Amino acid sequence: MARVVVDVMLKPEILDPQGQAVASALPRLGFAGITSVRQGKRFELEVEGDLTPDRLDEVRRAAETLLSNPVIEEFVVRAPEGDADVAVLEEHPPTPFRAAAGAAGADEAAAGVPQAAEARP
Amino acid sequence: MSARVGVVTFPGSLDDVDAARAVRLAGAEPVGLWHADADLHGVDAVVLPGGFSYGDYLRAGAIARFAPVMEKIVDAAQGGMPVLGICNGFQVLCESHLLPGALTRNTHLHFRNRDQWLKVVNASTMWTQSYETAQEILVPVKNGEGCYVADERTLDMLESDGRVVFRYLRDNPNGSARDIAGITNERGNVVGLMPHPEHAVEALTGPSTDGLGIFTSVLQRLVTAR
Repeated sequence: MARVVVDVMLKPEILDPQGQAVASALPRLGFAGITSVRQGKRFELEVEGDLTPDRLDEVRRAAETLLSNPVIEEFVVRAPEGDADVAVLEEHPPTPFRAAAGAAGADEAAAGVPQAAEARP
Repeated sequence: MSARVGVVTFPGSLDDVDAARAVRLAGAEPVGLWHADADLHGVDAVVLPGGFSYGDYLRAGAIARFAPVMEKIVDAAQGGMPVLGICNGFQVLCESHLLPGALTRNTHLHFRNRDQWLKVVNASTMWTQSYETAQEILVPVKNGEGCYVADERTLDMLESDGRVVFRYLRDNPNGSARDIAGITNERGNVVGLMPHPEHAVEALTGPSTDGLGIFTSVLQRLVTAR
């Protein structure tokens, strides 16, 4: 039996009001250095037998079909241990947000949000 | 024989009884459809009601989409049968890809429960022919995840193809893109909207009876089609 992790995040251009609410609570608690929060979901799957390419493909299809909504979300499939890790990460690179994490503040992250997701008065 | 309109009950549906009542007040015969029953029992149209199907687990509407009855409904909708999704039903239609875009958490994070003015933008769908174009109607809205989002290209396409059916007037209750409250598919047989017309069909319980037009529209359509 092998374990696979699927991380699901809202696409960078989709507004994440929950993450923003968390981000705005942090400074009140003294965590002044955290400038942006995006909230996502982590699924831990156990699969039958070894983590073969076919099995990984099955996980990927499950992630596309049910675990994520491709209209608003993207996902990363990771095998926590073993060689498959590298191969999988190459096919599903980390989300743009992660790549930019640390560099982008809340304002920069929000700048990428199109009108579609903007709050209206 | 009057037209038969199916109303689906998922585990966690709340407004199926009100939807069935609205169907009856409009003059059609409501037929209860059970989520686990892959049979439409010969209905002429289907309403997916509001509520919290499967507790909104994973994403609102995500699990209901795979209910046995939904497979039949998706096929029938693609074949032209009128299908209406209200609130959670709209979320199910988006998750089923019968309608584009998605419904996400309200931008202000609050659950909004109030009477809401809407403008009927498209009065030629199977569910809106009883209205006049640009008519203003008052119906309740009650949602926590009613913020309609889609990419810019999809939004432009919906606007240019006349597929925005309802727009929020004056005050957008959930941050929906371009004040969109309801949309339709290309053929105009599938309509999804976040507000609740089934709660505005009687003076005793609703802010108006403006919602009845949704149900008389489909009835008119079905009777004409016979």
